[in-house]
Amino acid sequence: MEKLTNKAIQIDRSPMTLSERAYLPAIAKGLGTTLSHIFKKKATVSYPEVKRPFSPVFRGLHILNRDENGAERCTACGLCALACPAEAITMEAAERKPGEEHLYREEKYAAKYEINMLRCIFCGYCEEACPKDAVYLSETVMPTNYNRAAFIYKKDDLLIPHPQNKDSK
Amino acid sequence: MLLLQIDTALILEKVILISVILMGSLGIAMYATWGERKVAAIMQDRIGPNRAGPLGLLQPLADGLKLFFKEEIIPDRSTRLIFILGPCLAMLTALMTSAVVPWGPDYVTETGRHITFQVADINIGILFVFGVVSLGVYGVMLGGWASNNKFSLLSAIRAASQAISYELAMGLSLIALLMMTGSLSLRDIVEQQHGFWADGYFTWNVFKQPLGFIIFLTCAFAELNRAPFDLPECESELNMGYHQEYSSMKLGFYLFAEYINLFVSSSIIITLYFGGYNFPFMDQVAGAVHPLLFSIICILVLVSKAVGMVLFFMFVRWTLPRFRYDQLMKLGWKSLIPIALINMLITGVVILWIFNK
Repeated sequence: MEKLTNKAIQIDRSPMTLSERAYLPAIAKGLGTTLSHIFKKKATVSYPEVKRPFSPVFRGLHILNRDENGAERCTACGLCALACPAEAITMEAAERKPGEEHLYREEKYAAKYEINMLRCIFCGYCEEACPKDAVYLSETVMPTNYNRAAFIYKKDDLLIPHPQNKDSK
Repeated sequence: MLLLQIDTALILEKVILISVILMGSLGIAMYATWGERKVAAIMQDRIGPNRAGPLGLLQPLADGLKLFFKEEIIPDRSTRLIFILGPCLAMLTALMTSAVVPWGPDYVTETGRHITFQVADINIGILFVFGVVSLGVYGVMLGGWASNNKFSLLSAIRAASQAISYELAMGLSLIALLMMTGSLSLRDIVEQQHGFWADGYFTWNVFKQPLGFIIFLTCAFAELNRAPFDLPECESELNMGYHQEYSSMKLGFYLFAEYINLFVSSSIIITLYFGGYNFPFMDQVAGAVHPLLFSIICILVLVSKAVGMVLFFMFVRWTLPRFRYDQLMKLGWKSLIPIALINMLITGVVILWIFNK
C-alpha cells in the first residue's frame, strides 16, 4: 500500500533486553534528569514582591482622563457605552454651568459615569470608541473585593488625580 | 530483694532519652513535610512554600494548626471505635520502631557509669522492627476498612497484600546480612561496621551486601507506601485511599505517621547498611575530643545520614511514576524474592569458603 505520509514511525516491539528489564539503569537515568532540574532556573515569580512587566498592549483597569488644566475630558457622548460588547458602562449627562469651565472641558459632561467591572471583559473597545481621549485602559489589575457593589466603579474611582491640585478630585 | 533495687538514674536517663527521641522524630517528621514540598518544588522548577516565615520554615506549624481547627467528621456508617483506632495505631507503631535504634556509642562518665544512647538494646532488635512494621499495616487496614467506603477498603486490601508480599523479600535480603553479622541486635550490627575501612576492605555493610541493600531498599519503599509503590493512597485511582474519610487531626496523624516512619526507617537502613553512627576516621576524632562530645558527634552523624536517606526517598518519589498493581506484585514475587534467595545462597557460599580456608 502506498504510504500516505512519511511521518509513520515503526514501533520496536522486540522483547526487552536484560538491562531494560532490570529497571535500575532506567531509574538512574530518571534520577539524573530530576537531579539536573535542581540547578535549573525557577519559573516562579514571587508575585507581590516581584511583578512581571506587562506587555505594552495590556488592557487593565479603566481611567478617566483629564486635560492639562485638570478639566475632565469626558463629554458623555455615550459612544463608549455603545461600543461596549458587555454593556458594562452607564452614564448620565449634564450641562456645564457658567463658572465650571475649569472642571469640565466641553459644554456637556458626565454627571454620573459607572463601569461594572464584573461585566467588563477588558476588550478596550471603549478606549477605541472615545472621540475625546477620555477613557483609557491602564496597566493596573483590578483589585479584589468582598461585595459585588464595590465592583461598580463610580466616576470618583475612575478619574485620575488633578494634575495641579492633587488633593481634589 | 533484687526486684526492688530500681536504678532511679537509669529510669531518669531512659525517660529523658525517650522524650528526646519522640520529640526529635516528631520534629524531623514535621520538617519532612516541609522538605518534601521543597524537594518537589525544586525538582519541578518551582520555589515551594516560602510565605510562612523565612524560607517557609513555619509552614509545618501552620499546617498543623490548620488540621487542628478543621471539623472532625466521623462517617455515620463507619465502625466508630475502629475508625478512631486506625490513626492511633498508625502513629503508635511509627513511634515504637525508634526504640531499638542505637543513636550513638556509649558514654562512660567519670564514675564509671555507662550511658547508652539506645532506648532498649534487645538481642532481637531487627526482629522487633519487623514485628512493629508489620503491625503498622493494621493502622492502614483498620482505618480503611472501618471507613465503610469502597475506595478505602480497596486501598486497605492493597496495603495489606503489598506489605505481606514485600516483607518476604525484605526478610530474605536481611537474612543474607544477618548471616554475615551473626547477630540480630542492632547494636552489634553497628559495632561491626566500626569506622569505614578495616583489614583492607570497607566495613559498612552496603559494600558487603550491595544486592541485598538494593532489595532491602526497594522493599522499604513498598513498606513505607512511598512512590513508586504508593498504591494504597494513589490519588488517581482511589481518590485518597485509606484516609479518604478522615479529617482534622486524624488525617494529620496518618500523614504524620508516614513521615515518622520515613525517618525511622531511614535511620534503620543507615544502621543496617551504612554503618549507623560510624564515620571515617572516627578513632582519631574519639581520641581528640571529650567522650560526651564524641557521642554527640556520632548522634549527629547518624541523624544527618538518616536525613540524607529521607531526601533520597523524596528524590525518588518525584522521579518515578507509580507502578501498576500487577507490576507491583510481579516485581515482588517473581523478581525480588528469587533474587533475594540467590543473594542468600551466594552469601552462604562465600561465608563457607572464607571460613574453610
